[in-house]
Amino acid sequence: MKIMTCPINGPRPVSEFVYGGSVRDMPDPHTCSDDEWAAYVFNRGGAPGVKREWWCHTASNTWFIAERDTEQDRVLRTYLHGEEG
Amino acid sequence: MPWRLLRFALSKHHPEGRMFTPHSRLKPHYDVVIIGAGGHGLAAAYYLARDHGITDIAVLEKGYIGGGNTGRNTTIIRSNYLTPEGVRFYDESLRLWQDLSTDFDLNLFYSNRGHFTLAHTDAALRTCRWRAEVNKHYGVNSEVVDAAFVKRTVPMIDLSCSGHAPILGALYHAPGAVARHDAVAWGYGRGADQRGVEIHQQTEVLGIEVQAGKVRGVRTNRGNITTGKVLCAVAGATPRILRMVDLDSPLYIHPLQAMVSEPVKPWLDTILVSGSLHIYISQSSRGELVMGAALDPYELHSTRSTLDFPEGLCAHMLDMFPFLSTVKVMRQWAGMADMTPDFAPIMGKTPIEGFYLDAGWGTWGFKATPVCGKTMAYTVAHDHHHPLITGFTLDRFRRYALTGEKGAASVGH
Repeated sequence: MKIMTCPINGPRPVSEFVYGGSVRDMPDPHTCSDDEWAAYVFNRGGAPGVKREWWCHTASNTWFIAERDTEQDRVLRTYLHGEEG
Repeated sequence: MPWRLLRFALSKHHPEGRMFTPHSRLKPHYDVVIIGAGGHGLAAAYYLARDHGITDIAVLEKGYIGGGNTGRNTTIIRSNYLTPEGVRFYDESLRLWQDLSTDFDLNLFYSNRGHFTLAHTDAALRTCRWRAEVNKHYGVNSEVVDAAFVKRTVPMIDLSCSGHAPILGALYHAPGAVARHDAVAWGYGRGADQRGVEIHQQTEVLGIEVQAGKVRGVRTNRGNITTGKVLCAVAGATPRILRMVDLDSPLYIHPLQAMVSEPVKPWLDTILVSGSLHIYISQSSRGELVMGAALDPYELHSTRSTLDFPEGLCAHMLDMFPFLSTVKVMRQWAGMADMTPDFAPIMGKTPIEGFYLDAGWGTWGFKATPVCGKTMAYTVAHDHHHPLITGFTLDRFRRYALTGEKGAASVGH
């Protein structure tokens, strides 16, 4: 079983978590061009590597950020938003 | 050994045919380089050689022929999709499938089974009806049937699904079929090889040379090649190739897992799919039950399978077929599915001249192998999109003109 560490509840089975997609910065919709907006809406960094992602521990409804290596299938670290350290 | 047998071994009258010609080195230049010797890449090579007279082609494969998603899918062929673009495209593919064995002079074990998409809810039944109407409009054999029809065709099924999710009806698609997937890659590969195409296995692409927005060549672990045209048909590895040419795309990679049971007596002659229970099942000609489920729930670039997968899949399988509780799982595996936000592929030209893409085939690529080969060959040969793929181009996202193909496998409605 794969284990993920919730910043509040500690190590839990990965089946208790939901993946929320990668952390992405939204361009200002008032000033950016249509192409920039389309790129933000649709494009993803699909290549393998270490990614910052949103995850939710569903049992406690805790949203947090995980740094995960999508090639090695390893979670490097997890922390609450704003508590990056 | 008796002489009677030995003389056959020594005789040259019946030489053992080779499927593929080995090539010890790459040439310095090819007219077209195809990355990926899976079904799609080899089919494109085959049709380029056969229909367009372009034979100076290298197909580069990092692993071995058909070792990627071509050899990892559950071999289902159907055309009962939801959008007009999808239905037209897959129906052309289904027609090509039907005489492919003759075309190749190779038995693909193409077996027409009939395909049920089971509906356990009113919403699912409504989607079935919608799909049936779109299908019929385009002349595809597809109809909504009631639960009694399902029971008559598959007597072993528990229509109540252990009381959890009673089956209300189904979308029935009579032309649904299965075929032997590796033979498809071998058939296209041999056909291309016989027409002069070079297939290079164990050849990894390390970089693609682009100058002034045009493809100039390809760097590999076995040397450099100059070429003006590169077709990328590498499924789950597509984002890695796109990174080499600095192209962004909406593709994201999730593993898709599947498994087979031990061989049992033939009892299931159709293909069953249930969106609500997230399963699909058919029985192979060897008697194994071939089973699949939904995508793994998060991005991963790996083909390792998990234990959670058979656990979840078996639970749902036993809801539908309780008598399978004594049947053992024999093998499980995973493939990297390259998903798009609208569940339609990305095909055709890109902003880089001479760089063509055949990707985004996620969970639905096997059935499209012949028509992808044919349309991509046309597109590469003429540098102009084939009419069947104009709804699938990469620039549809920039134009917010998505295709919305929710008839794809393992997609909930």
